[in-house]
Amino acid sequence: MKEEKQKGEILKILEENARTSDKEIARMVGLEEDEVKGIISELESGGVIRKYKAVINPEKAGIDAVQALIDVRVSPERNTGYDSVADRISRFPEVKSVRLVSGEYDLLIVVEGNTMKEVAYFVAEKIAPLEQVRNTVTHFLLKTYKENGEIYEEEEKGERLAVTL
Amino acid sequence: MREIRGSGIREFFDIAQRMEDAISLGVGEPDFVTPWNIREACIFSLEKGYTSYTSNWGLLELRESLSDRIYKESCVYYEPEGEILITTGVSEAFDLALRAIVNPGDEVILHEPSYVSYKPCTTFAGGTPVCVDTGVEDEFKLKAEKLEEKITARTKAVILSYPSNPTGATLGRKDLEEIADVVNEHDLLVISDEIYGKLTYEGEHTCFSSLNGMKEQTILLNGFSKAYAMTGWRIGYAAGNKEIIEAMMKIHQYIMLCTPITAQMAAVEALRSDDEMERMVSEYNRRRRLMVEGLREIGLSCFEPKGAFYTFPSVENTGLTSEEFAKRLLLEEKVVVIPGSVFGACGEGFVRCSYAVSQYEIKEALERMGRFLDNYLR
Repeated sequence: MKEEKQKGEILKILEENARTSDKEIARMVGLEEDEVKGIISELESGGVIRKYKAVINPEKAGIDAVQALIDVRVSPERNTGYDSVADRISRFPEVKSVRLVSGEYDLLIVVEGNTMKEVAYFVAEKIAPLEQVRNTVTHFLLKTYKENGEIYEEEEKGERLAVTL
Repeated sequence: MREIRGSGIREFFDIAQRMEDAISLGVGEPDFVTPWNIREACIFSLEKGYTSYTSNWGLLELRESLSDRIYKESCVYYEPEGEILITTGVSEAFDLALRAIVNPGDEVILHEPSYVSYKPCTTFAGGTPVCVDTGVEDEFKLKAEKLEEKITARTKAVILSYPSNPTGATLGRKDLEEIADVVNEHDLLVISDEIYGKLTYEGEHTCFSSLNGMKEQTILLNGFSKAYAMTGWRIGYAAGNKEIIEAMMKIHQYIMLCTPITAQMAAVEALRSDDEMERMVSEYNRRRRLMVEGLREIGLSCFEPKGAFYTFPSVENTGLTSEEFAKRLLLEEKVVVIPGSVFGACGEGFVRCSYAVSQYEIKEALERMGRFLDNYLR
């Protein structure tokens, strides 16, 4: 029980800042550094921690990539349902995420490319013609306000006094 | 007025306030902005036109929520009508409480090191403050026997303030029960400032009025500033027996009329969900451990604080007074800490370091302090 809590606490710390050192984590959760190392490698090998990434604001980084959300209506197949077509779409490196959703469309995918044209052609040439795909709708992303819980343009914060008793 | 010590080291504070790229561990308020749901509820109330006075007692809805909340957490019931008063911060509630109960010449016992307002407010109310020193050997707890030594025929009340600003000390149920016994025996009143109660990291916070027989004798003070990151809203409350709350209400009615309605509307929302508060509390706890261990590592002996958001390390081994330490640290390494002596004579030899700052700032401050200490400890 206690161990589960510590694991959860370590995950929270890493989720907030993956570069927190083992030593600092050990202090915050009240464990030895070696124990923290052990727990983290367990979490890594067990697939709980998939990988460590930086959250980049592409605009500030000067990356001009274009992203689009694509609604895809597909015909499910006998035995595999949506899985085989979803798997097929997932394998394209241009496709950043694939999700099965409820509503008018079945799959919601995110496609990334260098230009709008490139993305549009990719959809037209690789996604739309798939046998199971009935139709698609492409929404180009214009601006990201919040992603993965991070607000991109930080709000203004009032200035705290340096000294209050 | 002349006898009241204006903060003696104001000059130092002025330098600290102005210094650029200083890291301040001198802060006494959360670094979080008030959670969005609370701000949003306040904005909505303004849009709807809630801009009037409220009842002198405060919004009934807020008093009812508070009554439920206190009962749920501490099993002590306060009637929303007559036993709870909404005030403009705990500061106002504290002043009202003293003015309501203190007769000229009455003695009020308080434990030091403690928050800087207690002593002057007691004097303003015509009382005589009587200090009990607490020390690191007792983990800065107010010991019942030490309290008893200070009781005279003139003693009217005891001010209890745990979790403590500046030490971060907490009292367990047993400690509190021993104090309650003394209070009972001498028929005293207790003003219990529990503003940091939610920020208790080990064990549970015990509300003093929940102890057997203590409800009638306790004026419970609490508010939203620390737990909900709402310092600038100025909203708190007092709960106690009808007679005292009624007396406090009379003063409040004439000097304040009511607490701003916008803050009251926000407070109603604050009580609806504790998710954001709990998130902040767990983050404070991580920082607490980071800072305590860090201070010990750079060579300061530091008692383990279990509440509030302060650490209170000893700087005696540097051979500097706490004021000198703070001044030099500021000038040499640009880190602001508060000399313990500000909080009472027995705070000498200690400094207050707040961990209501980011993990990054804690690490940077510790690094600078480590460098500073190398020069004094070698």
